[in-house]
Amino acid sequence: MAHHDTHAHHDDHAHGEHHDHGHGPEKGIMRWIKTTNHKDLGTLYLFLSFTMFMIGGLMSLVIRAELWMPGLQFVDPEFFNQMTTLHALVMIFGGLMPAFVGLANWMIPMMVGCSDLALPRVNNWGFWILPFAFTLLLGTLFMPGGGPAGGWTMYPPLVLQTGNAFPFLIFAVHLMGISSITGAINVAVTILNMRAPGMSLLKMPLFAWTWLITAYLLIATMPVLAGAVTMLLTDKYFGTAFFTAAGGGDPVMFQHIFWFFGHPEVYILILPAFGVVSTIIPTFARKSLFGYDSMVYATASIAFLSFIVWAHHMFTVGMPLAGELFFMFATMLIAVPTGVKVFNWVATMWKGSMTFETPMLFALAFVFLFTIGGFSGLMLAIAPVDFQYHDTYFVVAHFHYVIVPGAVFAVIAGVYYWLPKWTGVMYNETLGRIHFWLSAIFINLTFFPQHFAGLAGMQRRVPDYAVQFTDFNVQSSIGAFGFFVSQFVMIYNFARCIWFREGMEKAPARVWEGAHGLEWTVPSPAPYHTFEEPPRLLPEGEITAAHDAYDALDRHKINP
Amino acid sequence: MAHAATDNSRYFVPQPSPWPFILTAGLVAIIYGVAGYLENKHWGPVPIYAGAAIAIYIVFRWLRGVALESEGGAYNAQVDRTYRWGMAWFIFSEVMFFGAFFGALFYARQLSVPWLSGEGAELSTNQLLWPGFEKDWPTNGPGAMGGSFETIPAWGVPFINTVILLTSGVTITMAHHALKAAERLKCILWMFATVALGVCFLYLQASEYIEAYQHLNLKLSSGIYGSTFFMLTGFHGMHVTLGTIMLAVITARLMVGHFKPESHFGFEGVAWYWHFVDVVWVGLFVFVYIL
Amino acid sequence: MAKMGWMARAALVSVLLAASGAASAYTTTGNGWNTPQGVTEISAKVYDLHLLIFWVCVAIGVLVFGAMTYSIVMHRRSVHPKPADFHESTTVEIVWTVIPFLILIGMAIPAAGTLIKMEDTRGAELSVKVTGYQWKWQYEYLDQGVGFFSTLHPDSNKARQVGSGIDPTTVPNYLVEVDEPLVLPVGKKVRFLITANDVIHAWWVPDLAVKKDAIPGYVNEVWTKIDKPGTYRGVCAELCGRDHGFMPIVVVALPEEEFGKWLEARKAGQPYRLAAAAPTQAADVPPAAAAQPAPAGEQVAAAPATAASAGELSKAELMAKGEQVYKANCAACHQANGAGMAPTFPPLAGSKMANGPAEAHIAQMFTGKMMPSFRHLSDADLAAVATYERNSWGNTGSIVQPAQVAALRK
Ligand code: HEA
Ligand code: HEA
Ligand code: HEC
Ligand code: CUA
Ligand SMILES: [Cu+2]
Repeated sequence: MAHHDTHAHHDDHAHGEHHDHGHGPEKGIMRWIKTTNHKDLGTLYLFLSFTMFMIGGLMSLVIRAELWMPGLQFVDPEFFNQMTTLHALVMIFGGLMPAFVGLANWMIPMMVGCSDLALPRVNNWGFWILPFAFTLLLGTLFMPGGGPAGGWTMYPPLVLQTGNAFPFLIFAVHLMGISSITGAINVAVTILNMRAPGMSLLKMPLFAWTWLITAYLLIATMPVLAGAVTMLLTDKYFGTAFFTAAGGGDPVMFQHIFWFFGHPEVYILILPAFGVVSTIIPTFARKSLFGYDSMVYATASIAFLSFIVWAHHMFTVGMPLAGELFFMFATMLIAVPTGVKVFNWVATMWKGSMTFETPMLFALAFVFLFTIGGFSGLMLAIAPVDFQYHDTYFVVAHFHYVIVPGAVFAVIAGVYYWLPKWTGVMYNETLGRIHFWLSAIFINLTFFPQHFAGLAGMQRRVPDYAVQFTDFNVQSSIGAFGFFVSQFVMIYNFARCIWFREGMEKAPARVWEGAHGLEWTVPSPAPYHTFEEPPRLLPEGEITAAHDAYDALDRHKINP
Repeated sequence: MAHAATDNSRYFVPQPSPWPFILTAGLVAIIYGVAGYLENKHWGPVPIYAGAAIAIYIVFRWLRGVALESEGGAYNAQVDRTYRWGMAWFIFSEVMFFGAFFGALFYARQLSVPWLSGEGAELSTNQLLWPGFEKDWPTNGPGAMGGSFETIPAWGVPFINTVILLTSGVTITMAHHALKAAERLKCILWMFATVALGVCFLYLQASEYIEAYQHLNLKLSSGIYGSTFFMLTGFHGMHVTLGTIMLAVITARLMVGHFKPESHFGFEGVAWYWHFVDVVWVGLFVFVYIL
Repeated sequence: MAKMGWMARAALVSVLLAASGAASAYTTTGNGWNTPQGVTEISAKVYDLHLLIFWVCVAIGVLVFGAMTYSIVMHRRSVHPKPADFHESTTVEIVWTVIPFLILIGMAIPAAGTLIKMEDTRGAELSVKVTGYQWKWQYEYLDQGVGFFSTLHPDSNKARQVGSGIDPTTVPNYLVEVDEPLVLPVGKKVRFLITANDVIHAWWVPDLAVKKDAIPGYVNEVWTKIDKPGTYRGVCAELCGRDHGFMPIVVVALPEEEFGKWLEARKAGQPYRLAAAAPTQAADVPPAAAAQPAPAGEQVAAAPATAASAGELSKAELMAKGEQVYKANCAACHQANGAGMAPTFPPLAGSKMANGPAEAHIAQMFTGKMMPSFRHLSDADLAAVATYERNSWGNTGSIVQPAQVAALRK
């Protein structure tokens, strides 16, 4: 077992004994309802995220079951569309985004060396909005008219045909927006204002950087989404004409506003994943991250470009030629900074001394499979060819590659990586690797054939298809069921760490031999409030190279 | 930043709090009520009122708690900076919210209305679907939604409102100077003036809406002009309302002796917000009324 | 690779197995797995562009993944115990910023060229207005006075109902067959004026490399010039509600002369046999069987109304016609037995509206809230279907005459 040798590593940092000034958690359910503690809220976020991943996953299984064979076997087309719509909304807003907020909650205060997020009560509010929002959203499935079925993109006029579910859809989106904004403000302020003295911006861990930029994207775009859906609401109930030609509006206007949010949103999903991967690869390559500064600049460039490419989702709406050319060129440009990131990861591995514990396996799969998804994204960016790809399974394959073996794998990698720090025990490495290989194989089986189905002409958002697409769909459905079932290996593994720890191996403070950073200087599990006083870093002058800021931080033994 | 740690050796960590959870429950009750109302489900107004009462009460309790913590000296310089950053980001998010509606306005004026009239490559749109429609602003579209209407001239009430808001920006700055100079009475008087200007603005805005609905046939449903006009000015009006209430609260706090000349972020936060509302109005005045 | 873990080895073997299984599946899949080369100059250009980008990505992929795999194998701890300690180099950062940028420029140039060509709709010899409806297409040959609706072929429609018991593989061209195809001449520049009646649709025929959204209230223009006679199939490519998956497109391209004959026959209202070029079983196209021909050039909403002023009809007539219209338009949601599908689609059997005053019922068909509007049906059809609904499955509503419908049509 690979982590054995990590145990040899000394943990000479005594810490925590003076940290229980009655700041311990309350008991029972009220602890969770009232908590302002970043670790509690991180845990809540991760549990919510996990639940939503499962619900969204079950919905995707309904989709894949219906698509198993041509012909309509199980569900009505309308219900199928509800599943597609809710699958996407639940996965994105309920699964992936809260997962990264959960990781940020847990790790950012530890990484930058402070006691908690900057606005702990707001943090609690941001979390507790979400269970309510998703109850509202999922409750629509039981209403007359069923759930929303117009796609997660909510294009009018179709979405205006939604039944009683409509206002709930809109308000649920508003609530999710409020939650994201509060979460983002909190993370941004923590990073900007709560760093331990001596940790300048270019010395903080890359995960904090990617999150800072993500927070910026969230704060800039979620209100725009809120505005867009508000216009839908007034168009439906108050006679406004934003999206009605007869009144001088334009249905396509909604698409512009939506994608002004929607495209940065996809980078909201991937930037924190970049941060996680940039943390894990150096640890297991036992070599500092290559090109820390250029990583930061690349992330910032991606964020900047993400605001001027939105209409690549709309090449077929009939934009003026100049618009199409502009958005095509701008979109292609994103490949440059993203490429820099990929190359830097490879350069980090180069001449390292790698071991392949579960987090590393997921991180490596991320680099491979995200890049494949990035390539198909670049193909989509070529407007004249996108006319053939658009709204086919080629697009579905593209974004699942960047999202599932991309962002979701990064979440899973991050949880494996930090779980010992959170629970104080090591997960079972063999099971972890079994989980990895099953996931990696099945996820490719699920989404690779979809490229072919799409190229051959299968459009997306359909419950049934022409018979020549059968083989691809059979493979995809087998993969989907296999992937879902494989997750139970992980669930068992994690459940043992969380609830059934007897006999589990204790984790040392520095769980991974090659890991650097403040979070590894405190015991595992980390104390309830990690740093009640700012850790003191060396005077700035003595921290030499920016990339090993962490090294500097813990080499010089932070003053508790 | 090293000095940050020297003057504050401990972080401020608030106690667990039930307020956020209850606040959310209140909001959800409002949503339930409003959604039912929109979909003609007759649940009655009870959830709306109950939810609103809960939400208002909680917001009050929560902010009061923060104010008392602050007055009790629980906050250090770092917390102060946290609130500054937090407020700045929040205002940025509000700017982007208005951005969506301004975006809709520009899109309609620069793109969709000209297209409907056959500009650019859209000749067939005009010929096949909307023959005879000509580009114009204000417009309620080729379907003349809501019937013909008149607009509110920029140089009447809207101009007066502009002057009012700009003046209020000055008065609140005067109040701020007074506060910093420890001249509390002066500060309170300037605040009274600011609140009064806010109320005047709202009064004029409301009478303008009544005029629009009763005499000009300008309604939310008057095509794209009515939509953008009322959504932009309406959301702005809601922000002015909120801002005025906050100004009043701040004034009351000044009167009971809150805020110190050297530390008064509660005051400054509200002032920032008020300036933001002010700036949005200038944008509205230019793009909605004048142009 | 002796040091490779058993798990990695087992995984690799199964990946290879799965890949070869998948590969063989692709080769047995008759209808291909790649974008079609198509039958127009533009579609061929698009195809080339598609392959160009694809191979560029493959090449970059080989380099990146090659380096990564090499590193994973050679820089494992067991092989390479002591990590190097370099961690930055401005030179390489610049190199791998500039090179991809140059590659992108190399791709952008041909892409822009093709795009500019595609957008040039000037000089068309024939214009066809294409209107998307939930869930059918209307084609109007502008200046020819020919127009008709095109819907999913009845055989496919029967087979695709939930639990129909019909094996789709036994239905020729399952889901990509229509009752009446769009017929076009070969070798002529045809301009499509694409719009929609209710929600957004998208008109897509892969072999023509044409995909354009149909936006209600706006007209989008695209063009094609087909090189080869044949039958080309496509689908609606924008989510448009429940039956989005069931509004296919079939284009039959005929040699110019034959197209002329077809057009003449169509104008005269005579049946025309689409012979050789169209190996489709919908070869017989009696125009009368299709929905009402809408006079070209006229506004969509107005078109059906002109066919309206039929006089009073008997109940039997209304019921017979109504049943037809119901099966074609309403049964998808409300079911043939009027029982609907809870909770989304309300039953009509015993429904308040179907037993109450006719006005509400008629209004419902014009402007359903969640239900699509059926205002494109003629007054007679709407009257018939309303009558049918009001007098079937135990309902006891009044009879509805076309004039009543006409009166409520605004
Ligand atoms: C995590 C989410 C995520 C990410 C990171 C991306 C990344 C990218 N996406 Fe994707 N995308 C989505 C999620 C995402 N996308 C979703 C959800 C949709 C569909 C929404 C819907 O319709 O429902 C979508 C749809 C979508 C479309 C619209 C397709 C259509 O509907 O017709 C386009 C078109 O341009 C596109 C492009 C891109 C590009 C160029 C990138 C780039 O960022 C990729 C950059 C990466 C690389 C290129 C690989 C690494 C680079 C190198 C190794 C360097 C060298 C390479 C070259 C020079 C080629 N995406
Ligand atoms: C985050 C985003 C996300 C994720 C994770 C997924 C995951 C999956 N998706 Fe989906 N999908 C979308 C976003 C996502 N999808 C979007 C945006 C659309 C477009 C919708 C539209 O057209 O409107 C779509 C559409 C879509 C379609 C097309 C439907 C259609 O066009 O009609 C299909 C079809 O196969 C599909 C399948 C799947 C499958 C099999 C998975 C499987 O991967 C699911 C299995 C995954 C899990 C079970 C989660 C595993 C993760 C964990 C267990 C996390 C652990 C977490 C912690 C420890 C904290 N998805
Ligand atoms: C896509 C599905 C769909 C199709 C096709 C459809 N309907 Fe409906 N219908 C609905 C839905 C959903 C409702 C309920 C909500 C509403 O008012 O839109 C409804 C409601 C009705 C009602 C009111 C029932 C009641 O008691 O409230 C009538 C009458 C009706 N439809 C008639 C028709 C007729 C006539 C047709 C065909 C010409 C038709 N429907 C086709 C979906 C459909
Ligand atoms: Cu019409 Cu999809
Ligand atoms: Cu995008």
